[in-house]
Amino acid sequence: MHNAIDIPGLAALYIFVLAAFAGWVIIGRVPAILHTPLMSGSNFVHGIVVVGGVYALLGASTVQEQVIGFLAVLLGAGNAAGGYAVTDRMLAMFQAPAARTGHDNRSARVKHLHAKKR
Amino acid sequence: MFASIASLIVGATGLVAAALFLFGLLRMSSPVTAPSGIRVAGVGMALAVLASFLYAANVDAAAQPHVFVNIGLAVVALALGGGLAWRSGRTVAMTAMPQMVALYNGMGGGAAAAIAAVELLGVKTTGSTALVVTLVGALIGAVSLSGSLIAWAKLDGRIERPLRIQGQQAINGTVMAVTLAVGGWIVGASAGLVDPVVGVPALIYAFFACALVFGVLMTLPIGGADMPVVISIYNAFTGLAVGLEGYVLQNPALMIAGMVVGAAGLLLTLLMARAMNRSVANVVFTRFGDAPGTHKQGAIVGSLKPMAPGDAGIAMRYASSVIIVPGYGLAVAQGQQKLFEFVELLQAGGVRVRFAVHPVAGRMPGQMDVLLAEAGVPYDAIFQLEDINADFPHTDVALIIGANDVVNPAARSDKSSPIYGMPILDADKAKKVFVVKRGEGKGYAGVVNTLFYADNCSMVYGDAQAVLVQMIEAVKSLGLPVAA
Repeated sequence: MHNAIDIPGLAALYIFVLAAFAGWVIIGRVPAILHTPLMSGSNFVHGIVVVGGVYALLGASTVQEQVIGFLAVLLGAGNAAGGYAVTDRMLAMFQAPAARTGHDNRSARVKHLHAKKR
Repeated sequence: MFASIASLIVGATGLVAAALFLFGLLRMSSPVTAPSGIRVAGVGMALAVLASFLYAANVDAAAQPHVFVNIGLAVVALALGGGLAWRSGRTVAMTAMPQMVALYNGMGGGAAAAIAAVELLGVKTTGSTALVVTLVGALIGAVSLSGSLIAWAKLDGRIERPLRIQGQQAINGTVMAVTLAVGGWIVGASAGLVDPVVGVPALIYAFFACALVFGVLMTLPIGGADMPVVISIYNAFTGLAVGLEGYVLQNPALMIAGMVVGAAGLLLTLLMARAMNRSVANVVFTRFGDAPGTHKQGAIVGSLKPMAPGDAGIAMRYASSVIIVPGYGLAVAQGQQKLFEFVELLQAGGVRVRFAVHPVAGRMPGQMDVLLAEAGVPYDAIFQLEDINADFPHTDVALIIGANDVVNPAARSDKSSPIYGMPILDADKAKKVFVVKRGEGKGYAGVVNTLFYADNCSMVYGDAQAVLVQMIEAVKSLGLPVAA
């Protein structure tokens, strides 16, 4: 397959080092109270792997490649969608003291979700 | 012409997606802006996935006849994988969050490994450097897949106890060495230096099999309370694998997103290990809490003093300040809603109630914070260890629910204790301590908690939710007026 971008090894290293640094600094600012949503949020971010899966699957020319490529997209899509769903749900629960009037709405929603589970 | 425009669009959306991810994560540094953060990142993801279909314009001649079938397969895979995961993510109970995150994380690792498999089996990578990067990414991704699945099974209660066998470390080391040897063989054979003997595809399959087995072996011996570290490690692993495969595919968006997550996971791993005063290697390779008999327990002074739930509840209603220390036992009993109901009752009576959360309470970083938030506790009532520890001596009652090792004073004083040096919540310094606990069992570390025998400590035995219901009833039956 034709690659649009050609990244030399050293430039790749630049990207890796700078991205890792950015991640370290950004995550270091997150308070401990948000560590679970942060973890599932970063879990969602690496769901971008689904894009690589689509690339691999579209370029497949044998049944073997199609099967493994299909698996890659399936798993990557699960990672992205699931990560988004749980992170969004968790973050909606964190409420400010001033927003206590919205409490009933939210707990009603939580109860609704629980009822659905049972 | 169309092909190069398509490439340009794919490249541009990748850049936009990477920027939106970073911006979204940045917004997660405060509970106020965090909900918008994940939505911003979600927009980036949607754009990148849509644009990725433009890869169809640039496929090899060999793949041309299959391209429409492949597009169909991709749509089906996206809808199926995304739909199922979305549904499970929307409906799963908050207490089951650690295992869901482990599962989604494993899927990401599996996807990275599958991409590597397509590249390797289709001989699409050229040059030894690219091949080595592909193999390393494949190894990390595969370990993350099988390891996360074992972590999921443990957290979901499907595997009850840590599986520990004689010579486990030697076996793990051997499997790792074999995996690396097979990887080296693949590189050598591809460069024409060594004879592949069984053929390169067979070697590639063997490589993946070994890596998957290693992930299983590495995770099986690790116990439940060490899971915050393990989940963080696999999160970092998947990020790293995605970043490396991003290099192989020459896709900067994957490289950036993967490395950001890799660094984030590493930071969280170190934070969790520090909160237990243990090294990451110690968590992964040591059989912690395995042999409680070998540790000589210092002489225990005092006795266990049981107390009825109702009496404890009433005592807290008449206190002026209460700090609640929740632990994994609260999550197991699904007691968070009842706990907040009880807290609201106390607050209505003018009692100052705060929550103290230990960094490793629960089964993933910050799990107790999420459960309290779910129950409706505003985040300004939830305090972390370093922010509240100094307040225990001025507090009337410390209520410990389902937590054990994180409040064991032996961590401060007993040098021979396995948990010595671990930062703990100083709940023992409160004027009265109530411990809600199912029975007289020991904590994860297998050490007796000297706090339970202290003069100021009373034990309230029972399931956390049942105990809280009785506390609520007892306080309500007092019929006290509600403070203004």
